Amino acid sequence: MLSRVANNIYWLGRYLERAENTARIMNVNSNLLLDLPKSIRLGWKPILDINTSGESFFEHYETADEANVTRFIIADKNNPSSILNSLNSARENARTIREIIPREAWEEINSLYLLAKESEANALNRRHRYSYLNKIILSNQAITGILAGTMTHDDGYEFLQLGRNIERADMTTRIIDVRSASLLPDIEDKQAPFENIQWMSVLKSLTGYQMYRREVRLRIKRQDVLRFLLLNLKFPRALNHTLKKVEECLQELPNGEGVITCVQSVRKTLETSEPEKLGQDELHAFIDEIQLGLNDVHNKTSSTYF
Amino acid sequence: MTINWEKYTVDNLHDEMIKKAGNPRSFSKELSEFLAGLTSEEIIEFKAASDLAIQTMGITFRVYNDEEGSIDRAWPFDIIPRMIDKKEWDTIEVGLKQRAKALNLFINDLYNDQNIIKDGVFPANLLEKSKNFLPKCKGITPPFGVWAHICGSDLVRDNDGTVYVLEDNLRVPSGVSYMLENRQVMKRVFPEMFDTYNILPVDDYVSDLYDMLAQLSPRKIDEPEIVVLTPGIYNSAYFEHAYLAQQMGAELVVGDDLIVDENDFVFMRTIHGLSQVDVIYRRIDDSFLDPEVFDPESTLGVPGLMRAWQSGKVALANAPGSGVADDKVVYAFVPEIIEYYLNEKPILSNVPTYKCINPDDLEYVVNNIEKLVVKPANESGGYGMLIGPHATKKEHEAFKKLVTADPRNYIAQPMLMLSTAPTLVGTDVEPRHLDLRPFILSGKDTTVTTGGLTRVALRKGSIVVNSSQGGGSKDTWIVDMESE
Repeated sequence: MLSRVANNIYWLGRYLERAENTARIMNVNSNLLLDLPKSIRLGWKPILDINTSGESFFEHYETADEANVTRFIIADKNNPSSILNSLNSARENARTIREIIPREAWEEINSLYLLAKESEANALNRRHRYSYLNKIILSNQAITGILAGTMTHDDGYEFLQLGRNIERADMTTRIIDVRSASLLPDIEDKQAPFENIQWMSVLKSLTGYQMYRREVRLRIKRQDVLRFLLLNLKFPRALNHTLKKVEECLQELPNGEGVITCVQSVRKTLETSEPEKLGQDELHAFIDEIQLGLNDVHNKTSSTYF
Repeated sequence: MTINWEKYTVDNLHDEMIKKAGNPRSFSKELSEFLAGLTSEEIIEFKAASDLAIQTMGITFRVYNDEEGSIDRAWPFDIIPRMIDKKEWDTIEVGLKQRAKALNLFINDLYNDQNIIKDGVFPANLLEKSKNFLPKCKGITPPFGVWAHICGSDLVRDNDGTVYVLEDNLRVPSGVSYMLENRQVMKRVFPEMFDTYNILPVDDYVSDLYDMLAQLSPRKIDEPEIVVLTPGIYNSAYFEHAYLAQQMGAELVVGDDLIVDENDFVFMRTIHGLSQVDVIYRRIDDSFLDPEVFDPESTLGVPGLMRAWQSGKVALANAPGSGVADDKVVYAFVPEIIEYYLNEKPILSNVPTYKCINPDDLEYVVNNIEKLVVKPANESGGYGMLIGPHATKKEHEAFKKLVTADPRNYIAQPMLMLSTAPTLVGTDVEPRHLDLRPFILSGKDTTVTTGGLTRVALRKGSIVVNSSQGGGSKDTWIVDMESE
């Protein structure tokens, strides 16, 4: 397989995942804000932090209110990680490798972008936003399904999964980092009001609420949520699961040893540092370390294959 | 029943299907009856079926637009096929092979001994004028002496029924993928006509192309590495590049995927490391091929590709410099070229061409410019051309001056009355002008596509068949009327 093609498939995986995750976060935030009293103003700023686009946002807007952030995160051309830009990048990557991916997948990717672009106005309208974002999420799931079901599971497919899981690991850690910042560490029985709702929203951003409930039946607690989202090996959006997937993909690819060493070192950090017990500052530092590790994995993948 | 052949006007043109109103040619009798028997609902249904097939098969060409950058657009397809009797086609096929053979001998001679110039058949100063002659290629004889491995020759039919070669495209001719896909669409739309007629298949092309490219491999191994080199997704023919690569099972590469090492071998970058490449079917122009030798700004090409080819470590199809034989002035010499190298009379006619370099011809051109089409030697796509009958007095005078000042750079031809064929307009048919581009493959042997790509000018009265200017295409049926 050509290096350029592998690179394109990898980024196709990343961009699709990025668009889907961003759509989920937007939906959950819209929902969360309706549940919280006006005195707890989380607002829309954290969304920018998760999207790491705060700086470029304030070059174009003055206030981080709902209308501005929504426009910026979903549709703004100036935001390289906006949903529309991600979908467009996914489409351009897919177009370049049209002879490699199944035609149905190309058609779905193509029409997803066109749909998102054409009904852009719906994203900015509160009433239609949910269904707009939901369509994006579902169509992404359809693409994942078509690829899983009709593409030969050869090297190309491994690169797709590699991209998807590295992006997912990145997103999961960012959501935890930003969201936990506004929440106090557990001190028994002193849970702040509405903290429960907020931890629920963290889980929901990662579609983990239902799965968490099956795993942990007690009232939602910081420690349990962190352990679930960081260390669980079975939940597909938990950090440890995504890292395991990354490692598995690399084992199928030629010359993977160097990158595998990188991934294993991130996993080791994760499994030995009991992150659920960390206070807020330490947790932040810990997540920084993980993020740097993920960067290494990406860079090493690039230098090995692309 | 909406199609009424009694009302179909042919005038003084040659129509491929209908001799004159109500009177189909012998081989199109069944097709014309079948079409006349369709209700408008059926026609709409067939048209929709073909549009859907085109959309789902993703048959597109690329057009540019400011807002979106560029988009893929489906190429208009007319569901009424263009038919040619196999008896006539057999002669055309022999004529095309003859032509391709002679042109390849000509190119090889120009880059080596230049006997045709020494013998006074082809003027030396024409070669000096040629933009597409690459001195870098001198002294090289590629495998089998073949330079233009893939040639697309445009054929037109005048109102007296004669088929003429309008031009030979020897650089990177495109369109063959549409020929192949059009047939797939027709089989879905009119399956019953394939029972009625003995329509010769076209699908051999991709295997023929693969075999021909494999023959060129410098390494004599079972599965030489063949790649298709594309300028990338923004090229209007990207669909075709991807299509041919996919159908041949070859890698589709861009310039950055390839490197040439210090020993002049070509490799592609893969996830397993570097992998040697034997044959490159290149779909980028000579001038972008190698920034070390040609345009240093080119990012489409591969540095060192020319030295790799010169030292025989990789095969390029078509060979660099093949374009020397497809300028308009060389075209005028093709009949002489055929006689010189093959000692045969040309089977296919050139459009009668006045070479302004001959004083008699020049005098005729200047005196009759209002009747003629005047073309510069090295432009394509209709640039710098005068269509006498459609031009103003002022333009005539301007061209007289241009031609007299630089006669070597101009040729002139009478205006042809391109043939027509019935084309769907709404739920009825009207005559539209068309041409035909067959593709000739030259390696150890020479093969020709069965028919070719029929391009049709969809605008009434227009003779411009290009996809970018309102042209469409038809499936081309070579029908064997003698076998049962």
